[in-house]
Amino acid sequence: MLEIKNLHVKLQDEDKVILKGMNLTVETGKVHAIMGPNGSGKSTMSYVLSGRDGYEVTEGSATLGGKELLDMEPEERAAAGLFLAFQYPVEIPGVGNMTFLRTALNAQRKARGEEELSAGEFLKLVREKAKTLKIDADMLKRPVNVGFSGGEKKRNEILQMAMLEPKMCILDETDSGLDVDAMRLVADGVNALRAPDRSFLVITHYQRLLDHIKPDVVHIMADGRILQTGGPELALEVENNGYAEILAAHGLTEAK
Amino acid sequence: MADALTAGPGFVPERKAAAERLGAMGLPGRRDEYWRWTDPATLNAPDPKPAQAGEAEAPLFDALDRLKVVFVDGVFDAGASDDLSLAGVEITRLATSAPGWAEGLYGTLEATGQVPVKRPFAALNTAQATDGLLIRVTAAAAKPINLIYVHKSETSDPILHHLIRLEEGAELTLLETGPAGARFNKAMEVDLAKGARFHHIRIQGPDQERRAVTHIFARLADAALFKSFTLTFNGVLTRNEAFVEMLGDDAMAHVAGAALGDGRDGAFHHDDTVFVTHDGLRGESRQVFKKVLKGGAIGTFQGKILVKPGAQKTDGYQISQSLLLDDDSQFLAKPELEIYADDVKCSHGSTTGAIDETALFYLRSRGVPEEDAKGLLVLSFLADAIDEIEDAALKEEIVARLEDWLARHRS
Repeated sequence: MLEIKNLHVKLQDEDKVILKGMNLTVETGKVHAIMGPNGSGKSTMSYVLSGRDGYEVTEGSATLGGKELLDMEPEERAAAGLFLAFQYPVEIPGVGNMTFLRTALNAQRKARGEEELSAGEFLKLVREKAKTLKIDADMLKRPVNVGFSGGEKKRNEILQMAMLEPKMCILDETDSGLDVDAMRLVADGVNALRAPDRSFLVITHYQRLLDHIKPDVVHIMADGRILQTGGPELALEVENNGYAEILAAHGLTEAK
Repeated sequence: MADALTAGPGFVPERKAAAERLGAMGLPGRRDEYWRWTDPATLNAPDPKPAQAGEAEAPLFDALDRLKVVFVDGVFDAGASDDLSLAGVEITRLATSAPGWAEGLYGTLEATGQVPVKRPFAALNTAQATDGLLIRVTAAAAKPINLIYVHKSETSDPILHHLIRLEEGAELTLLETGPAGARFNKAMEVDLAKGARFHHIRIQGPDQERRAVTHIFARLADAALFKSFTLTFNGVLTRNEAFVEMLGDDAMAHVAGAALGDGRDGAFHHDDTVFVTHDGLRGESRQVFKKVLKGGAIGTFQGKILVKPGAQKTDGYQISQSLLLDDDSQFLAKPELEIYADDVKCSHGSTTGAIDETALFYLRSRGVPEEDAKGLLVLSFLADAIDEIEDAALKEEIVARLEDWLARHRS
């Protein structure tokens, strides 16, 4: 599904190199988790994959279903099936959540040559999906993320995911700022979307999210690349022992 | 220019007084404090710069049940207008009537509005207006009145003056649409008695080459409500002045505007000059002005809240913001507060910024194409101003016009 090969990325306006030969393959239908200390490049990777400005790819490739992502505009990547759940979902005053969802969904359908949904069809769909995420009608009517609590914002991200039905979902620290109940609700939403043709890449600092969203594969990332790959037990090991041992084995020290 | 004494049948003393006011203050120049950012030369000139009428656009408010009054280049068009009769409203024309209720009122609000800031074009208007409507509302008007200003002649230079009086508890929605002429001078005096409610929605344009200087003078008695929203697309030069005096207690005045200009269509200069005076208890005022500028367009805002001694419990708010879509455009703002009462709440703010890159990326990452995403963010930016329109159907129509403009002005 997602294949990252020897990816090197630097900041556009500075000499700072962030990704240093990253390799990662996420198979169709699998859930991969990436853990790593602060500054390891996890969020940068998610931004580069989804096409945010400000980064320069100096080497390597990233393909989704065999198609090169790095040549596409952000909206083309979305239409190709990539979805990034933001660590900090953006507030957009004056644009209703429903308008936003419908615009996004129909833009993607149009880009794929599919028929756009009518207002009625859309409404039915969004109500159905919102219900399972415990998102009430009021939240749908309000401007995008404005006045939403941390939990509501993350649930809103998952609602977008449910509506847009991407093939490859990247969750960037979706657990940050969530209490236990909100995390469970978000995790349930994600689990409901697990499917044989849909892959996930879950970026997190903490093992606890992975208690709820059970990964098939866990990667440890530091210094702009994947250091170690294993099963779910790798996350537990990090939770208990920290990153020091793994970093030391690769000649790295912990971030200051 | 029309002679002050022969322009209409009535209001001779008022017109004479206005001519004297104008004579005393003279026409404005760049050295005048309130004209530093807007060059009045083309407004001062004896003749207007020629301006072609813009392409006819889809008629506004077509689905709405309203009373239409049409002026073509400032000349009343009886054939295109509806019959001027409306339940709860007396409507006559300035050019043909001088009803008793308007005696001593015509020009009065304009004269009051000359202090402390001079408004020479308004005095000129009172003295020389060739037509306009005299509207007296005694109940809730059965439907909105829509003044439709058609521009046909390349050299038209209309001067229209409307006088509107809402009696106690009366209510009126007034719509104004169209560019009116090559150079348009308009004054509107609005006198609101106790508990009267006045809603004003105006769409200027869409001509690229037109020029306009417009004035609203409003006076509010106890518990009166005044709400005005203006949408401006283009125009080489537009100066919209508003002078609102809240004399009564518990009055509410909201003045809002959204202007969108693309200098690549021709020059674009839009000026909002607003003065709100609190002179009663517990008054609430809001000024919400938003400008979207690109291609070398210029926007200016001069806004003031004056709280007079004794106007306690005043709640005054003013915001002026611009969204600059490129590096060539410019926004100049002068927000002012002058407060002489000690128990008031007043705030003002002014910002200038570009499209928020993070929000743009967020929308695009959801599959919204870049230009559509920018359009959504422009609407998002304008939302506070548009929300000042209470009527949902009118609001929808305004938003539709905004979307049209955005579709025509993609980068």
